[in-house]
Amino acid sequence: MKFRGKIIDVACLNHFSRVITTISKLTKTCVMRLTPDNLFFVLSGKVTNGGVSMWCELHQANFFDEFQMEGVSSEFNEICLEVTPENLSRALKTVQNAKSVKVKLTKKHCPCLTVAAELPSLSSNSRVVTHDVPVEVVPRSLWHEFKEPSMPDFDVSIYLPPLKTMKNVVDRMKNLSNFLVMEANLSGEMNLKIETDLVSVTTHFKDLGNPSWGKTSGPIRLPVPQINPNVVEVTRMTPHVSTGDAASQDGGASQSRDPEAMAEVRVDIRKLQQFLVGQQVNPSKAMCNIVHQSVVHLILLHDDVSLQYFIPAVA
Amino acid sequence: MQCVVTGGNVKVLAKAIHSLSRIGDELYVEPQGDGLALRSVNSSRSAYACFLFAPLFFSRYNIRKEVNFRCKMAIKSVQTVFRSVATLEKTVEKCHIELDEAKDRLTFTLHCKHGLLKTHNLSYQDSESLQAVFDKDSYANVFRAHPRLLVDTVVHFPLSVEEVTVTVSDERMWVRNHVEDERSRAMLTELCLASDEFDHFAVKAHHSITFCLKELRGLLAFAESTGLLLSMYLDEPGSPVVLSVTDSVLEGNFVLATLSDDHNLYGRDLGSPLYQPDAEQPPPPDDFMNDDIDSYLIAMDTSVAPGPSAANPPTTSLAAARETPSDRHRIRRHSEEEEDGDRLPNKKFRSIFFGSVLPPSPQTSMQPVPTQEVLASNSEDETEAD
Repeated sequence: MKFRGKIIDVACLNHFSRVITTISKLTKTCVMRLTPDNLFFVLSGKVTNGGVSMWCELHQANFFDEFQMEGVSSEFNEICLEVTPENLSRALKTVQNAKSVKVKLTKKHCPCLTVAAELPSLSSNSRVVTHDVPVEVVPRSLWHEFKEPSMPDFDVSIYLPPLKTMKNVVDRMKNLSNFLVMEANLSGEMNLKIETDLVSVTTHFKDLGNPSWGKTSGPIRLPVPQINPNVVEVTRMTPHVSTGDAASQDGGASQSRDPEAMAEVRVDIRKLQQFLVGQQVNPSKAMCNIVHQSVVHLILLHDDVSLQYFIPAVA
Repeated sequence: MQCVVTGGNVKVLAKAIHSLSRIGDELYVEPQGDGLALRSVNSSRSAYACFLFAPLFFSRYNIRKEVNFRCKMAIKSVQTVFRSVATLEKTVEKCHIELDEAKDRLTFTLHCKHGLLKTHNLSYQDSESLQAVFDKDSYANVFRAHPRLLVDTVVHFPLSVEEVTVTVSDERMWVRNHVEDERSRAMLTELCLASDEFDHFAVKAHHSITFCLKELRGLLAFAESTGLLLSMYLDEPGSPVVLSVTDSVLEGNFVLATLSDDHNLYGRDLGSPLYQPDAEQPPPPDDFMNDDIDSYLIAMDTSVAPGPSAANPPTTSLAAARETPSDRHRIRRHSEEEEDGDRLPNKKFRSIFFGSVLPPSPQTSMQPVPTQEVLASNSEDETEAD
């Protein structure tokens, strides 16, 4: 197992560290999967982390100038590491002005992801800083836990309002209740509601637009943006259909649905807030899929980064 | 005593008090013939700081030479006088410091713009002289640099890092965070500075010392705002490190205890067999560009091993790391009880000796007095006045 990547471009470095920081706000530990083309940060929905799961996908070529890796074997050319994204984020934050940054898998007192940066200095020699972030190597037998989550058979898919607005609303609501009901329909309307014995508050959003999930088989292509036609069209695959039963996905639940009917999910408000507070990706598109009384699937897209976050419903 | 500080010097005084507040809870004030001395010491006596403002720093400096007056007061209350350094600079034109011995009060009067007058009456306690004994001129290694260099260095260490280890060779200085248990899962950060980044770099002995970062940050804040060069004097492990700033009208010295390696068990001590070779000889900077990926190989069992703890942990250290809780504090507290405690460094900061407990010979170098070893900070203050 070998891995070494090098980032020279300041914008790439900055972007990369913002992605890692976003992840660090969502989870204490997660699994980092390295493949020859991609980096994934995965959190599988276990009870211990409140049932939330996360899938973040980055195209390595968009960040790294050099990217060399050798997986566990030629058959399984991947590396799976359990990392503490906060440490990684901290290491990257201090090297924002570096001339170049290397991220490599090293064997120190324990396996480490070493972030080595060449910093500008007052002398002819560069200043070199290294951060050894301890990681754990995830054995092959556990890899199956970190597969891409399947696209839920959602009832409603809707674009989110500006995340900052949403954050402000959720921040206020959090003071009043621990649970929030998120509901949306196919006419571009979404409501955020809290209900307690003393007070009921609802914030209504309208004209948000509903993404059209095209007819596909296998991996779903992300919808062509309807609201912002200028944004870069993302054609990279994100969610997979679990069954390959594309028809039910495409038409099924959503098309035969009454456009006014709301699909709703009651979620832990802290989980939603965490997602809204932490995100630093400035997504070009943000949307959410709702499976009635089951799960909220949030998707952020920004160039070649996609972040999916699943919040389960609570009774 | 009556002194007047004007103009930009008010800010310098304010910054000095703020950096002293990083050390201890009390401010020791002693008007001397050669200037006003402001000092502080932490409760475990492992850190001491002193600023001496020469009479020329003040636009007026009157003291009664016949009386040796000394006092101490809560540093928090002095900080409130100079609370916001930013607004201080804009609004305060003059600061009077006056002693009212009849009422046991030290009065700070700030003359602000538009004739606004702010008066703070602070009560004080008498105290003995507080004077650490150190002789920085006898130190083997001396460095001088613009504070910016050290600010850019410490910025790489998160605030949670308490101690750093500084290792020096003829041409380089390495700074890394100090981790007591090599097997802990703490992040390790190391930074290498070349000698030519310093204004002065004189190494006579290759030492590796460990001291607290908090106080260094305090002095750096002062040095950076005043733009004064910072000198660093260091010697063998166990003898304090001295950080100082000097100017024609002021002098600041911070004396910080270093971790001693009395037991020669200190894992990161140079020459110790436990010291990891790659850490002892950190790679030269040019390696950064030319390293070979093969050197970063992690040997791993790649077969699909059955069972949950499959991967036959490649190294014992990994296995050990799994067993050891990552919580550093827990490790620290129990380190002495751990079975192979002899591998673990005994965290002992040697306290600094004070003039008041020794015969009054001001510039004696470190006396070989039985060491007063102090572990972590203990109960409240236990100054010699008590």
